Amino acid sequence: MRVMAQMAMVMNLDKCIGCHTCSVTCKQAWTNRTGTEYVWFNNVETRPGLGYPRSYEDQDEWQGGWVRKPNGRLALRSGGRIKKLLTIFSNPKLPSIEDYYEPWTYDYDTLLSSPQTDTFPVARPKSLLTGADMNVEWSANWDDDLGGSQEHAARDVMLRGIEDKVKLEFEQTFMFYLPRICEHCLNPSCAASCPSGAIYKRAEDGIVLVDQDRCRGWRMCVSGCPYKKVYFNHKTGKAEKCTFCYPRVEVGIPTVCSETCVGRLRYLGLVLYDADKVLEAASIEDEHALYDAQRSCFLDPHDPAVRAAAAEAGIPADWIEAAERSPVWRLINEYEVALPLHPEYRTMPMVWYIPPLSPVVDAVKDTGEDAEDRGNLFAAIDTLRIPVEYLANLFTAGDTAPVDRVLHKLAAMRSYMRDLNLGRDVDDTIPASVGMTGEQLYEMFRLLAIAKYDERYVIPTAHAEQAHALEELATDCPVSEYGGGQNDLFGEGSGYPTPVAVENFRMLQERQTSDTLAAPEDKGRRVNLLSWDGKGVPDGLFPPRPEKERS
Amino acid sequence: MDVFWWVIVPYLCLATFVIGHVWRYRYDKFGWTTRSSQLYENRLLRLGSPLFHFGMLGVVGGHVIGLLVPRSWTDAIGIDDHVYHVVAVVGGLVAGAMALVGMVILIYRRRTVGPVFSATTPMDKVMYAFLGAAIALGMWNTIAGSIFTLGGEYNYREGVSVWYRSFLAFTPDASLMADAPLGFRLHALVAFGLFALWPFTRLVHVFSAPIGYLTRPYIVYRSRDARPGRSTPWSPRV
Repeated sequence: MRVMAQMAMVMNLDKCIGCHTCSVTCKQAWTNRTGTEYVWFNNVETRPGLGYPRSYEDQDEWQGGWVRKPNGRLALRSGGRIKKLLTIFSNPKLPSIEDYYEPWTYDYDTLLSSPQTDTFPVARPKSLLTGADMNVEWSANWDDDLGGSQEHAARDVMLRGIEDKVKLEFEQTFMFYLPRICEHCLNPSCAASCPSGAIYKRAEDGIVLVDQDRCRGWRMCVSGCPYKKVYFNHKTGKAEKCTFCYPRVEVGIPTVCSETCVGRLRYLGLVLYDADKVLEAASIEDEHALYDAQRSCFLDPHDPAVRAAAAEAGIPADWIEAAERSPVWRLINEYEVALPLHPEYRTMPMVWYIPPLSPVVDAVKDTGEDAEDRGNLFAAIDTLRIPVEYLANLFTAGDTAPVDRVLHKLAAMRSYMRDLNLGRDVDDTIPASVGMTGEQLYEMFRLLAIAKYDERYVIPTAHAEQAHALEELATDCPVSEYGGGQNDLFGEGSGYPTPVAVENFRMLQERQTSDTLAAPEDKGRRVNLLSWDGKGVPDGLFPPRPEKERS
Repeated sequence: MDVFWWVIVPYLCLATFVIGHVWRYRYDKFGWTTRSSQLYENRLLRLGSPLFHFGMLGVVGGHVIGLLVPRSWTDAIGIDDHVYHVVAVVGGLVAGAMALVGMVILIYRRRTVGPVFSATTPMDKVMYAFLGAAIALGMWNTIAGSIFTLGGEYNYREGVSVWYRSFLAFTPDASLMADAPLGFRLHALVAFGLFALWPFTRLVHVFSAPIGYLTRPYIVYRSRDARPGRSTPWSPRV
């Protein structure tokens, strides 16, 4: 047993209202730079729908993730190491910018500088790639709320096999929202695809990161990731991805997307797992068994043997304690209501989802029946096969049994809690019918409905003895790798280092308050070369010239 | 004058090449990338880029053989001049044509595809000029010099190659280059100019050819503490 710790997330899809606040705050924090205009580390998709980038789940087309070879070994779907190197000059499976969308801005200046005219001046969309006028034809959530569903949602890959049964007429269909970030997989195919070895999984918390100094821009990770959650920054020529907000998580603050989630549907916590079992679990033959196989990799932090092994593996005591209190562990393994997104990609994703009961509830409600009655809900889950099959395509490789079980639990919780809240006698056959006790059902309700901040986000901080190396607290010298270590160098490296989040905050403030793209006029001193987008020569790029004597 | 062109200039270029790379690697790892534009456009790139790159690999391989392997070695294993000549010309023409056609496609793409054009830096354009000139002159030397023997018979293995090896051994013999035909001299000078520019262009990606990928484990684990420069013990500053 080789115990490792993994920061993981669970999202409760029943509570997602599709407001995109997570996407927007994430973008403001991480991808509001030139080169990443089209990049959404966090995006929210309406399902059924094409998602972002378009039809990313069609692995026949994109060849992402792993496949099990007939000999039982795992291989990258897009081909092995030699094939990767032979196709390095032109990646055969790279989504083009049209598959994401061409980023644009508006020519707002016409609104301000327009002379008086008979007609209202219009701010025209301008491409952020070329600066030319463009027609806006697609975006990261173009098919939001089933917009254009006849045309777009009908082509959803996950509807294959059930398309004849799904009605996309508005009054007869179902829909829900799916927020997505990087899965921080236990078996990340992006890292395996990287020729440079720049993508790594952090040994302490399992966060998958791209080393910006080692990335050489070969783009194989973009193709390798079946979730298409590694992006190519076309300005810097480097891959970028969701960082699980590691500078925040290291000091115990939740990720930006979790922190700002209006529906409070995200849960963060630690999961202990046996690293020796990951490959075996990912190579299991039956796709339907992958969900259980992945769960079998997780280790019960309450088990003394596991705790001893974890301590031996160097995991600090407070981390083991955090693993015990982890809401993610409870939702995945105690209540068994969270499911992985696309286990069939065999990457062992670590952002799990509680499938939504709402399509079923809505359907019952529309018939005029009581949508909180257990009998009605159970019957509806059993008869409404379409939403269930669709959810199974997303979360269990098409196996409807686990989805059925989860939905029954959620339905049971609904009716059980109604009795409790209305002061009626509780019906103990309800929890029993889904294999739980009344107490468990109540605890699950507490966690899903009213859990406070510190119960939803159980984040052990990185360790004090390592604190000088943490991004947020960095008192270590960033130039010491150049053998220097002194803090009186010139330019960007001078002075004490600025933590990533603070620097981002300042850059954001500058961007929001300046009139120009690259050179905020109120910033008279120096230019951060990392955030300079190469456009023009902003003031402060060079030291000021000495005043010339004028004759 | 010969000493200036065939001793001083080449060594200056070589020094720039070496020191430039060390400097760039130490201070600009973040800028060390292919700066791919595939995201913008794929149809032309899919054709042009492999043509150009595989062609260039052939060209580089040919130069290594032609410049670094002395004539006495090939003689020793029984390859006579005619066989060597045919192999070199045919191989050189194929590889050179691939590189040239690929490069034409890539430059056409760069000029006509809007986003690619606006992502082109002035340094890119200078580099293209040198690279294009080097390839064109190389092709000219092969076609005009070796096939049609314009301007008389010239065996570069007796001249340019010997000079190049003497240059690498730091005992340069400038007279060998001074006697070479104009095409060879220009080709060499343009190539040295390209070497001097090399560390300051996107060409640095040549030196990150990911050979290690063939042997490393698929999943890379790294500890937070293992980050370079982060492992020094903390001591309070005064």
